[in-house]
Amino acid sequence: MDVFELFGFGAKGWGGALLEAALMTLLVTLSALLIGAVFGSLVAWGKLSKSVPAKVAGDLYTTLFRCIPELLVIYLIYFGGSSLMTAMHHSLGGEGFFGMPPFLSGAFAVGVISGSYQAEVYRGAFHAVSRGEIEAARAMGMPRLKLFFRIIMPQVMRFALPGLGNVWQMTLKDSALISVTGLAEILRTSQVGASSTHQYFQFFIIGGVLYLVMTSISNRFFNAAEARVGKSFRRAIG
Amino acid sequence: MMDFAFLMDTIKQLLAALPTTLGLFSASIALGGLMAMGLTWMRFSRIRVLVQFSKAYVFVFRGTPLLIQLFLIYYGVSQFKIVQQGFMWPLLRDPYYCAVITLALCTAGYSTEIFRGGVLAVPVQQLEAGRSLGLSGFMLFRRVIAPIALRQALPAYSTEIVLMMKATSLASLVTVWEITGVAQRIIAHTYRTMEVFLCATLIYLVLNFLIVRMIALLEHRLSPHLRPVKVPANLRIRTQ
Repeated sequence: MDVFELFGFGAKGWGGALLEAALMTLLVTLSALLIGAVFGSLVAWGKLSKSVPAKVAGDLYTTLFRCIPELLVIYLIYFGGSSLMTAMHHSLGGEGFFGMPPFLSGAFAVGVISGSYQAEVYRGAFHAVSRGEIEAARAMGMPRLKLFFRIIMPQVMRFALPGLGNVWQMTLKDSALISVTGLAEILRTSQVGASSTHQYFQFFIIGGVLYLVMTSISNRFFNAAEARVGKSFRRAIG
Repeated sequence: MMDFAFLMDTIKQLLAALPTTLGLFSASIALGGLMAMGLTWMRFSRIRVLVQFSKAYVFVFRGTPLLIQLFLIYYGVSQFKIVQQGFMWPLLRDPYYCAVITLALCTAGYSTEIFRGGVLAVPVQQLEAGRSLGLSGFMLFRRVIAPIALRQALPAYSTEIVLMMKATSLASLVTVWEITGVAQRIIAHTYRTMEVFLCATLIYLVLNFLIVRMIALLEHRLSPHLRPVKVPANLRIRTQ
């Protein structure tokens, strides 16, 4: 079989499956990024707060999840979640094994890790917001929630953009590890294709190219976004 | 309920895999560091082909997940007859060496960018001062550029080293029994996920803590001129 037939969209071609897999990688990475945004902003809030327990909890979270191999976190959530769900199933009178859905557990595991990196990005961005603006808003009598949504958050999002670009790339590459739970994303599909056709080299090269395309497109996107944000910053100054 | 006998037994089994993890880690850091130096040199050379090669290398190895690189080398490269008859076959047949090669190739890409940042941070005045003293070529590199660039790059490089320590866990997916692989095997046998996870986490935490402390110490040793000078009491000048 030649390369065009193998990776084409015909009956024996793997093109369709690989494109679907790319979409799955994109979906799982986006979900992980969103889950990470929730964890990351909560942790950043804890680290920035004046309460000592919140600070310690935040520090513990970021140190832990940046030290442990990603694979171990995925195992914890996938196997741990599965045995928890099986136990719950049994206590309700059910029988047999109950597995965690791979998409959910994978997105959650990678999201938790992504959150530890996002927390640092948000914390750094918060420090970049000028104190004077926050004081000015307070002096005008703005309530805390409004101050957060009107003054802090828009600026934090701007300052966080370059860091978020890095986190996105990292999360995209971490999403390949979710293949160990059997989710049919790029790596898993390449693996299946490779072992069923014995064309390992070609399949992993194609898989790698798909990742490269995704990282370079997202790079362009983040560069453009930064340029746009930078424009408004310049206008504000001069 | 914590079962201490089980925890101790797990720790013992995981520690038995520690040499494999450390071997993967140190071999790939050393090999990758050397390659990164070569790639950084190419990047700053005036020869266009070398510059382009270095750029492309960094793009490819930073743009793809490590796991797919590992599978490509372990499963992909060995499917060719010419490789199986070549002199590299004893290495490429062994998953351990495949993991070392892949980890080294990957970290070389990331480290090249870090070293490049370090070289770019060398002040122009220092280069000019070196040139005016008659240093050039390799001497200028060894005496002026390398020491300053190394110190500048250390904080970023320590992050990369911690990432590599975590990356050694992927070797378990090509049947190298390092710590994460052994942990996964124990989990699959006993289904006591939380306990095994705690033990493995403890080991990685200690390892990464030691690495970060060691590099911080090295950084401290390399930057005495950036710290305020401690003047002995008998030499202190009264200002008031």
